[in-house]
Order: sequence, then structure tokens, then C-alpha cells
Amino acid sequence: MTVEDEIEIMGQRLNDRINKIFGRSLHIREVDAGSCNACEVEVTALSNPVYDIERFGLHIVASPRHADMLLVTGPVTRNMELALLKTYNAVPSPKLVAAMGSCACNGGIFGDTYASGGGVDRFIPVDVYIPGCPPRPGAVIFGIMVALDKLEQKIRKKEVRA
Amino acid sequence: MNIENIDMIRKEFKSLILNETVSHNELYLTVKKDVAVKLCDYIYHHFDAPLISMFATDERKIEGSFKVHYVFSFDREDAFIIIKIDVDEKSPYFKSITHRIPAASWYEREIQDMFGLVPQGHPDPRRLINFEDWPDGVYPLRKDFDISTKPPRVKGEYAYRRVEGEGVYEIPVGPVHAGVIEPGHFRFSVAGEPIINLEIRHFYTHKGVEKLFERLSLDKAVFLAERISGDNSVAHAVAFCQALEKIAGVDVPLRARYTRVILCELERLYNHLGDIAGIATDVAYGFGAAHANKLKEEILQLNERVTGSRMLRGMNAAGGVRRDIGDKKDEILLTLARFQRDFRELIELIFSTSSVMDRIETTGHIYTDTAKGLHVVGPAGRASGMDRDTRRDHPYAAYDELNFKVPAMKSGDVFARTKIRSDEVAESIGLIEQALWSLPEGDIRAEIRKIPDGYALGYSEAPRGEVIYWVNIKENRIERCKVRDPSFCNWLAIEYAVLDNIVPDFPIINKSLSLSYSGNDM
Ligand code: SF4
Repeated sequence: MTVEDEIEIMGQRLNDRINKIFGRSLHIREVDAGSCNACEVEVTALSNPVYDIERFGLHIVASPRHADMLLVTGPVTRNMELALLKTYNAVPSPKLVAAMGSCACNGGIFGDTYASGGGVDRFIPVDVYIPGCPPRPGAVIFGIMVALDKLEQKIRKKEVRA
Repeated sequence: MNIENIDMIRKEFKSLILNETVSHNELYLTVKKDVAVKLCDYIYHHFDAPLISMFATDERKIEGSFKVHYVFSFDREDAFIIIKIDVDEKSPYFKSITHRIPAASWYEREIQDMFGLVPQGHPDPRRLINFEDWPDGVYPLRKDFDISTKPPRVKGEYAYRRVEGEGVYEIPVGPVHAGVIEPGHFRFSVAGEPIINLEIRHFYTHKGVEKLFERLSLDKAVFLAERISGDNSVAHAVAFCQALEKIAGVDVPLRARYTRVILCELERLYNHLGDIAGIATDVAYGFGAAHANKLKEEILQLNERVTGSRMLRGMNAAGGVRRDIGDKKDEILLTLARFQRDFRELIELIFSTSSVMDRIETTGHIYTDTAKGLHVVGPAGRASGMDRDTRRDHPYAAYDELNFKVPAMKSGDVFARTKIRSDEVAESIGLIEQALWSLPEGDIRAEIRKIPDGYALGYSEAPRGEVIYWVNIKENRIERCKVRDPSFCNWLAIEYAVLDNIVPDFPIINKSLSLSYSGNDM
């Protein structure tokens, strides 16, 4: 199966779920909390003509205030900690957080040092972890789908209001 | 190394040179610290040798003092001269050379933050890497600072340069931006539309990389080098491995050296395409952007088929490469043939679209003097009359056995930077084809059991410009690893490039310089 076929199948499943939960589209704000920039290369790739995630209802927005989900990359550096918290607080509830890449999952190779605070979940609640260094675009799409499953469960359990 | 030059220096400074050592193409001259300004000035202005790196080391335990190193490149001779001075802990000062060599500015501020050595007379002695909430007297790269220390946050405020006058107002942007880009802060002062001042403030993504190197085993350290500026993974890994190989004195097998050329050029291809796509996006030429992004994706997918990693990671190791790609020859050639055809079409379209040309010609001008003073490297430098390319001037891997041209221009605008990249794409394709056609038989990796104590420079030409490593090994571990990413040189150029341009042109100028935040901040 080619990359294109794989994305087509996964994208349609994702689209169904977005339709069910959000009505039409899911808005994502990407935050680089200190990444090496390769994770950004893959987030950028999501919008190229091969993946073209907009067709599945995923939209990368310019402001956290317009977002349903934060996609965070990188270990949280000492110098980005405050900016990450402010961005998180600016996202309206209910909100989802996806930690993208080994660094965001647990600090990765940069670990826990004077400059790097480690994984994103030490600073804000994380709903889904997308491993990889960097994760391939397909893995990011899959991760977003898992996050939506989680949100659906939360809605069913009435933990959040849709 | 050209003897004539050294003799001239010897004659001029004879009794002042305390020690002289040569290893490979590196000449180390130790002098008293008050001689450094004069000697650096002489080398820089007399031989036109650029300052390509500058760093400190903490050798208090071994030699009783800190050292500061100034690295100058002699491009025509493929040689380096490194000036070394001692700086005592009790008198932690050294004279700033920034007023003579502007490119030293950030290095000196970096040394001040990381080692607590003060550059006396520096025109801008503010902090650079440590933020205002970092306590005084704590210096991460000193040996007695433990990497896992978390210094408390203190109160403090960063003082921006102020521009005042009637109708002048400030626009702060970042660290979190609207697009999918890395974090950093920009403060514009504008009067009406034109920008009259820009101050950049970075190091939000500072991850303590140089300190981390000192903790990692040599195998793992290669992985860290690949993650300093993620989209320049190969260039960093190659530069780092070459430093180790130089210290170990091993000859890397020819097949591995050719493979490295292929990897380096594949990296250049996807980076340049990404930059061209970014410029097209920012001038609202959506069709061109989509086309360029698709071509970039084609290379990323090829990378994965050939090496298992879209960013070509995990391929390099001290001694050579880890995986033989000889059996992928046809696949690479076939993909590149298609790629080349599509790319030509794209570039013709871009450069013949008047709405694009109107936005990129004369925009974001960097004068040759500015480029030289700040030591702007890579395509940005070559677009402003800096005819330098590590692949030609300090050949590594197999570049001295292959044919390629180094495009250079003088106009220094966004157009020139785009044109340089598009010309380099053609050269890269040629290099990959040549390397594949003449790929020598043999091993892909020389065995290195143990690396003896010693130090050396490692370098490569990343898509963004020269990457410089200086590695010092002690007991098979890294005692000090100084990394100089091209963006560390190029960032300051943006403050000059935007002057008199309008704010809406800032994104295009920024894209055309293709700056890495992570590589800069480390
Ligand atoms: S996970 Fe890997 S690719 Fe992503 S930021 Fe970390 S080191 Fe870079």
C-alpha cells in the first residue's frame, strides 16, 4: 500500500469521527515548546498536497483561541514554559492536548536538565502521546484520531460537555 | 597550510606567541590575553580570514584556568588558525574584539552567559542565552555546574533597545507565532509602514545541548548532533563524526565518503525545496507553493525508502555510515530524473510570474559589507557576494573528487537568495548522480575501537551554510563540544535586511534567510 492509500483510509475514518463529535472540523494550534524543528517539518508536511489534511476536516489555525486541540512538540524548555502555559490557557474548553514526538512525550534525548524540563505532561495535561522522532505524518493523523476517541469517551461519561 | 602566512604572523608577533602546535590543517597559537585583540585584528584584516567560531573551555582542573579560542578560516589554503588565550578565574575578563570584528558579538555574549567570563568593552553586554529570570553567578558550561541543577527563577526584566520619536510605535511578535514555525521574539519599531528597527530576541529553545554532549557516550552523541537543528541532521552528524575521525586518525572508506555526499545533497534538496515553498506561500503564490511542497515530499519519501528515515537520521557514525545504499541506485536516479523535470517547470513558473517577482526583487537587501561583517554564511551569504562554500574551500567526504559549481550573486535580495537555492538544487542533483555512478566498492565503515585524547575541528556545508564543530575528547568521552550552526551567524543579518522594508514583507525576508531557531539556541 502506498503512503497515499494509507492516508486516504485513515483520513476518511478521521473525518467520520470529526463529523460526529465536532460537527464539521477540528481546529489545531501547533506549539513548539523547544523542538529541534524536525517535528515542525512533519507538521508542515500535513498540509502538502500528498496529505492535505484540510480535506479531512483538520485545520491548523493561527491562534490558540480558535483551537480545539494543541499539538505540542519538543521538550518544554525553561525558556518556553511560560509561553506554553499561556497558550494552553488561551484555548477554550473542552480542549485536547497531543504531545507529538519523543521529546514532547518524555523529554527524549534532551531529558531533564537545567534547560529542558522534560515531557509536556509535566506542565499541562496531555490526552494523547504520539511517539517517533519525528513521527511520520501518518502517525500524527492516527494520534489525532486516538485523541478524538478519548474525547468521545469523556463526553459519554459526561466528564465534559460537547 | 600555506607557510608564507604563518611566517608573516610569526615575524609580526614573534615574542608574543607563547606556544604553537599544528595538527592536520589546524594551527593553534597561544598568546597572552592582552595580545588577542591585536593578533585577531591582524589575522582578520590582513589575510581576510573570517572568524568562523569562538568559544571558551573550562580547564581549571587541568591547567588552572579558562581558555578562550578564536577560530579563523583560511579558505584558499584549506587551513584554520586558532588563537588561544588563558583567562584566570580570579580575573575573569578578556577584551572584546567586537568593535574590530562584529561577528564576534554573539560569541562573546554567549561566553559571558555560559562561563561567566566578561568581554570588556563589548558594545552590547546584555545577556544572550540565559533569560532575565536566571540567577546571577550561575554558569551552565562550567565544569562545577551539574547539568540537572534547576536554578530558581529570579525577578528581572529584559531591556529592549528603544526607538523613540513622533509616530514611532512598536510591534512585538512571538515567541509563539501564527504559523507552524519555531519560537522566537521579534520587536519591530515602525514609522508608518517602513520598519526602522528590528530587535530579535532568541534562545527560547535553548536545550543545553553543549552541556549534554559532555554526559553522553560517543555513540549516543551522534544522535544528539542529528537533533540540534532537525532538518540539517546529516550536516551536523557528518561534521561531528569528521571531528572524531580526525582525532582518531582513521581513514573513512571511500564508499562511505561517497555515501555521505549523497546524504548531504538529499538533505539540501528537501531543505531548498521547503524554502522555495515558503517564499511562494508568503508572496501568496499558492500554486507554486503546493508544487514545491509536493516536490519536497517526494524527496522525503525517497529518503525514507533509501535510509529508513525521512530526515536521513541514523545513517552516520564515527568511521563511516551504518547502511549501504548501493542497491538503491536505480530508485534514486529514477526519482531524481522525474524530480528534475518537475523542478525546472516550477522554477520557470516562479521566476516568470510578475506577482512573485514584484515581491521578491529588491526586497530584504543585505549589503556585501554587512554580510562580511556579520559573517553571513550559506546561500544567504552567497547571494550577498560572499563566495564561500565549505564543500569547495575545505573539502570533506568526497567533494574534492566530484564536479560542482558554487553559484554566487551580489544583489543580496530575496530574489538572489531564491535564485541561489534553485541553482544549488541543480548542482545537488548533479552531485548525487555523479556519486552514484562512481560509487566505489568496499567497506562502508572503518572500525574505531577507542578514540585517543585530543581535539579537532569538524565541518560541513549544511543547506543553511557552514556547520563548525570543535570536539575535545578525554578518556573516550567528550570533554567539550562546541557547535556552531549557520543560523547563529545569520540571525543578526535579518535586523539589517528588514530596514526600510514594510512589515508585510518581513515573512518573505525571514523565509528567504531560512533561519533555524533550534540550531541557534541549542
Ligand atoms: S521528537 Fe525528535 S524530531 Fe521531534 S523535536 Fe524531539 S528530537 Fe526533534
